[in-house]
Amino acid sequence: MKEILLRVDDLHTTFKTDKGEVQAVNGLSFDLHAGEILGIVGESGSGKSVTAYSIMQILADNGSVKSGKVLYKGQNILEYSADEMRKFRGKCCSIIFQDPMTSLNPVFTIGNQLKEAIKLHTDKKGKELHARAIEMLELVGINEPERRLKQYPFELSGGMRQRVMIAMALACEPDVLIADEPTTALDVTIQAQILEEIQKLQKKMGMAVILVTHDLGVIANMCDDIIVMYGGKVCERGTADEIFYNSKHEYTKGLLKSIPNTTNMNQKLEPIAGTPINLLNLPKGCSFCTRCKNAMKICLTEPPEELFINDNHIASCWMNVKEALEEMSENPEVQ
Amino acid sequence: MSDNSNVILEVQNLKKYFPVKSGFKKLTLKAVDGVSFTINRGETLGLVGESGCGKTTVGRTLLQLYKPTDGKVIFEGQEVTDKNINEMRKKMQMVFQDPYSSLNPRMTVEDIIGEPLDVHKLYSNRSERREKILSLMELVGLNAEHATRYAHEFSGGQRQRIGIARALAVRPDFIVCDEPVSALDVSIQAQIINMFEELQAKLGLSYLFIAHDLLVVQHISKRIAVMYLGKLVEIGDADEVCNSPIHPYSISLLSAVPIPDPKLERSRQRIVLEGDVPSPLAMPEGCPFRTRCKYATEKCDKEMPPLTDRGNGHFAACHNK
Repeated sequence: MKEILLRVDDLHTTFKTDKGEVQAVNGLSFDLHAGEILGIVGESGSGKSVTAYSIMQILADNGSVKSGKVLYKGQNILEYSADEMRKFRGKCCSIIFQDPMTSLNPVFTIGNQLKEAIKLHTDKKGKELHARAIEMLELVGINEPERRLKQYPFELSGGMRQRVMIAMALACEPDVLIADEPTTALDVTIQAQILEEIQKLQKKMGMAVILVTHDLGVIANMCDDIIVMYGGKVCERGTADEIFYNSKHEYTKGLLKSIPNTTNMNQKLEPIAGTPINLLNLPKGCSFCTRCKNAMKICLTEPPEELFINDNHIASCWMNVKEALEEMSENPEVQ
Repeated sequence: MSDNSNVILEVQNLKKYFPVKSGFKKLTLKAVDGVSFTINRGETLGLVGESGCGKTTVGRTLLQLYKPTDGKVIFEGQEVTDKNINEMRKKMQMVFQDPYSSLNPRMTVEDIIGEPLDVHKLYSNRSERREKILSLMELVGLNAEHATRYAHEFSGGQRQRIGIARALAVRPDFIVCDEPVSALDVSIQAQIINMFEELQAKLGLSYLFIAHDLLVVQHISKRIAVMYLGKLVEIGDADEVCNSPIHPYSISLLSAVPIPDPKLERSRQRIVLEGDVPSPLAMPEGCPFRTRCKYATEKCDKEMPPLTDRGNGHFAACHNK
């Protein structure tokens, strides 16, 4: 087994609002191993971005981590001081945001912003600094890097800006890269370029990547391991093949049936009924129970335990317990 | 293509140019540059392409929301002009992309859906108006008690249902759906896609379905048209365009779409296009795609290839393929 780089343990993040406390993340746990690409998938409001922001500690003012641990190489980063945290960001763990249009500062040049990131974490100066900036732009596939350094963000296209963001994030060779919907704002052909770039850089630099997205296609294309989130909790976690071909949670199953795929072109889609979850008022039991067509009595009252399906697969759904019990009653000798 | 009596909408050489000022220079942005296609009764034509390729402009120009620079739109044998557009909009309607900004926040659902009825005077008394509104709400799966609420009280999927009910209020034959599901969550998208398909079967509607998500378009459409920089590069039967595309742009566009199937993804060969879409203000001469095309020859620099028939109503615009 590879080294565990980042361990998130029973994370709870909430936001105070006028209407009450929004429980965005409710007891999330996962491990990130060195050199793997972990996908976090879920619909809006499932807590996937908040998880990323909680790790980086860049939550909005009204948000706070209520309990839980985020261990980076064994150290709880939630206990870091502001100064230690500043050193952690960029050097150990970097983040790329969804919208490349707004995450660069419009009044500074690309070079200025890129060099700032490098200056903060290394003692490179002058020519050395400039050379590193150029090297980073070349690495992410930007042509004419000399000229680009002098340009302002508005002069670049969306795909280019996202490449600059990646260059900034990778400039100090972090161990973990968090990509929060890195291609949602981009066109498919540009999306393909950026995803390929992330994959290439991941192989080259050997970092671990957490890819947060709502697009199951992107997940299928990129990830070794997948976490499916709903209502701030993990529904299911496993390897890509396990999640797509052997899903054991009703939400994952529903999600896979509800999206157009090459295999269901001439069939009717099977939508998930109901509307997305209200985080102000979470159900007592399983957070998906209000929309689940196979919901049982226990689903309404008891939150499901994490069940071990096999070495590569964990799911939190009472249906698995029911199925297992049925199997046992059919062949009593297996017990 | 198919026989004429079946055609509900015909677009001939449609052009829409926008004047743009850049410093002292006056430039022309050719958003749509000579697009022709037909849509049959009860059929869905999917229109795909990257942002900025002119697909929304096509949809809006059809309904005279933009005045076309050149070309004709013929609906049920009658040319659509700015004179008869009010009449025409009883038969042609539009569903917009953003369910958050396309509904008036100061109007109740009843008034939003009732507005087209008011404009076209489609009722004789208040109770008939209310009856019509309630039946429309039922048609799109909204509860009658929602009638007095305001748009902000609804989720994205329900708002899109209100937008669809508004479009259906005048009993149109043809609806332009401009990215109607792209602002919605994945689990809600399927509900709306299914509703479009059910309404089509029930009311015999024809759609122009504009979207950038190719899997969604392939699912809902009978035929698909691919646009690049204001021009149609390929049009044909949906399965044929998706399974055996001809134009190099369609090929790379399709290969760039991630498919939610890890085994398939691992075995797929991806053709990643180099560079970005050229600015429509400085459109390359000849074929607009030649700057990113690996098959480009000298001929492509000079001549725009015409759409030519490749059999079975499958047309593509390429010199070399």
